[in-house]
Amino acid sequence: MKLSRRGFLIGAGLVGGGLVIGFRLKGSAPVPGVREGSFQPNAYLQITPDDNVIFQMARAEMGQGVYHGMTTIIAEELDIDPARVEVELAGVHPGFALAMGQLTGGSMSVAMGWEPLRNAGALARALLVAAAASRWGVDRDRVETEDGVVSNRNTGEKLRYGDLVEDARAMDPDVDFVLKDPADFRWIGREAPRIDGYLKSTGKAIFGMDVSLPGLKTAVVLRPPQFGGQVRSWNADTVRELPGVIQAFEIHTGIAIVADSYWEARQAAGNTHVEWDKGPLAGLDSEKIRKELLQGLEAPEPHEVVDEGDTATAFAGARQLLDAVYMAPFLPHSTMEPQNATALVRGESCEMWVPSQAPDMTRAVVAFFTGLRQEAITIHSTLLGGGFGRRGYVDFAGEAAVIAQKIPDVPIKVIWSREDDMQHDYYRPASCHGIKGALDADGRLVAWEHRVVSSSIFKGLAPNMAMTALPAFVPSRMAESIGRSAGDLIDQWDPMTSEGAHIPYAVPNIKVSQVLSEQGIPVGFWRSVGNSHTAFVAESFMDEMAHAALADPVKFRRTYLTDKPRHLAVLNLAVEKSGWGNAPPGRYQGVAVHECFRSFVAMVVEVTVSGSDYAVERVVAAVDCGLAVNPNIVRAQVESSIVYGLTAAIKDPITIEDGAVRQSNFHDAPVLRINEAPRMEVYIVDSVEAPTGIGEPGLPPLAPALANALFAATGQRLRELPLRLA
Amino acid sequence: MTTFQLNGQSVSVEVAADTPLLWVLRDHLQLTGTKFGCGAGLCGACTVLIDGQAGRSCTLPVVEIEGRSVTTIEGLGGDHPVQQAWVEGSVAQCGYCQTGQILGVVSLLGQNPHPDDAAIKTALSGNICRCGAYQDIIRAVHVAAGRMPPQAAEHDKEETV
Ligand code: FES
Ligand code: FES
Repeated sequence: MKLSRRGFLIGAGLVGGGLVIGFRLKGSAPVPGVREGSFQPNAYLQITPDDNVIFQMARAEMGQGVYHGMTTIIAEELDIDPARVEVELAGVHPGFALAMGQLTGGSMSVAMGWEPLRNAGALARALLVAAAASRWGVDRDRVETEDGVVSNRNTGEKLRYGDLVEDARAMDPDVDFVLKDPADFRWIGREAPRIDGYLKSTGKAIFGMDVSLPGLKTAVVLRPPQFGGQVRSWNADTVRELPGVIQAFEIHTGIAIVADSYWEARQAAGNTHVEWDKGPLAGLDSEKIRKELLQGLEAPEPHEVVDEGDTATAFAGARQLLDAVYMAPFLPHSTMEPQNATALVRGESCEMWVPSQAPDMTRAVVAFFTGLRQEAITIHSTLLGGGFGRRGYVDFAGEAAVIAQKIPDVPIKVIWSREDDMQHDYYRPASCHGIKGALDADGRLVAWEHRVVSSSIFKGLAPNMAMTALPAFVPSRMAESIGRSAGDLIDQWDPMTSEGAHIPYAVPNIKVSQVLSEQGIPVGFWRSVGNSHTAFVAESFMDEMAHAALADPVKFRRTYLTDKPRHLAVLNLAVEKSGWGNAPPGRYQGVAVHECFRSFVAMVVEVTVSGSDYAVERVVAAVDCGLAVNPNIVRAQVESSIVYGLTAAIKDPITIEDGAVRQSNFHDAPVLRINEAPRMEVYIVDSVEAPTGIGEPGLPPLAPALANALFAATGQRLRELPLRLA
Repeated sequence: MTTFQLNGQSVSVEVAADTPLLWVLRDHLQLTGTKFGCGAGLCGACTVLIDGQAGRSCTLPVVEIEGRSVTTIEGLGGDHPVQQAWVEGSVAQCGYCQTGQILGVVSLLGQNPHPDDAAIKTALSGNICRCGAYQDIIRAVHVAAGRMPPQAAEHDKEETV
């Protein structure tokens, strides 16, 4: 593949929604973190005269492995061992924006970064080659590179990349460059230890929680237990006198207590007596929410998401009809690192250190709450102790900035307790699903209807999105209200909670519809988003249809996947590796297959049952995520999704009582532990397709495959998460 | 004032006696490798070695370690066999729980140099990994067990008596 830089700029500009990815150097604000005297062919890369290669990694590293993966991609084309690249977590700059600005989500980092990063690496390499060729007075094709060294084919002379910095800086950047033939990849597609492994195994990794600055003070915030609640009164005078307390005051989310250390702030919080106004959600509980969701099944005019063929006629002429209701609860993210952020306000400017999935949104939200100009706000990114969607919301950063604004020139770190984190999350929405299927006289699946009832993720996010995406001259209050109206405008439809409901099966009549039912509980992206519940419902119900048709669940699925080769391939691989149909005595199997964020995953789950208890013994997953850039990370991410998905499928969820979350810590909102983790096997389909994401797609098939295995074992069809046998 | 051995050095801190060791380490001694996960003894992110044995620093008032010996992740040095196994095996995902996991494993191998899967699971059942790196953890423990110098294992054992 041969590209000229000019041609590439045009192409990349389209992908980036008008922005030139990674190349926007001239005419815009300087890229953060630039070294004096370095060769900087684009926003991502710098090579210093002392031969350091620095990569500005502009995605949130939260465990999913972009630190290693994106470095591998750019280093491959630059032709240097990724382990030799110094990775810096990038701040906010238009040159770093991909499809959703700088939001890390939707398992898109490697998928969206693949081309721009390869191009950025290849262009840098081409400039180094050109610089060497002109220094040696030879043709460019007499110059080759290997692992950070340029050599002269005629003379055997060698130079390190760093030796060429001066010359490369002087080159006309408009050179032709060629991408590597995938057959020549040295690092992409190979197993290698993660380059962030050492930092993360020695305590040297700096998460938001670990940011330390001279004179730093710690703040905790007491928030109303009820969503939408307000402070009525509190013992402010007493609190301000407590040991270590520097200041205590009200902010937009509650009462902030600032102290010399976390423990002092937390102790003071324990001695703060607040009378809360419970607000509009007082009296709301899970039972009531459940009833409201169920009512959504009867709502007269749902939003139609998919309408293919004519389901009504097909149902009327069917031999057999199945009709079921499925439910899924609210779930917390429970990132291992509780939410936190650090802010330092000086005059009209603000510097922040934030473990966020969206540094650009962080900046916009901070501007909104502080009234400071976006350009006056600097965001330093840190590592994230888990994200799973939670850190796409940056409420904690808004708190830190507002508190710091009241105590200028003093760095303030807001630290949430686990209880704060559990009770003030943006939960996976609770949902209710009405689903219907029809078999014709020949036992063929001819019609399928799925109605999703839940609250909207998009509505809550729209104001932040508007503030981030609209040009800086739009005042943030105006942008916020534009976003709010946009959220209301789309009315009954939320593409995020209904995604994944459109089944891949060749069924002539399909209808997917959606009803939004708002209860006021904050909801948000939760690993795999809508897929986390739609796949549970659709793949469980597919099993119900198979049993109704007296067919083997695998054969039944295959019948309708003949024009879906990638679904079929993962299904067949999982079936083969699991020994489908030949489970050892006492073990029962269930299967599911699902496409999520353009990756395909099939799973076979094996269970044992004793009375109403069951154990998940083994999970076999087959995945197709295109070319696996780092196969070991792909495997780890699928295992991670299985464990995360199992917590969701079997552990107690979040419940609401009197407008507040009842659970508070890992004792009553438990997560899967090592002694409960099944044996996991992950098989990756060989692929030459461009890579797609793998941080989330391993999650959706787990719950339905488990429910299907429990059905095979007991004949009980469990239609509600978490899965409990009678 | 509380005085104890921290990573081989004697340290004294002047903080309220009920301050948990975790916050003394993080806020007063600037050792941030020990993590805050739950503050309630439920997750193991704050695991340190106290006289060679894994313990939860978030619920341990600093006065209780007067005169005792504490090892944090910073005290392992970086090339401890368990850390090496962790790096080679790419165990860490987000990494937030891993310093606690590693110290849990060092403690385990001190008592049981060749644990089987069941023993590993029992020993680490108090250490949550929300990223679900459990299978890689088990794999890496076996690798580390095969490499622990016998003296090191003995040494840790002695410390616990
Ligand atoms: S922070 Fe100590 S056990 Fe969770
Ligand atoms: S690696 Fe993220 S919590 Fe364990």
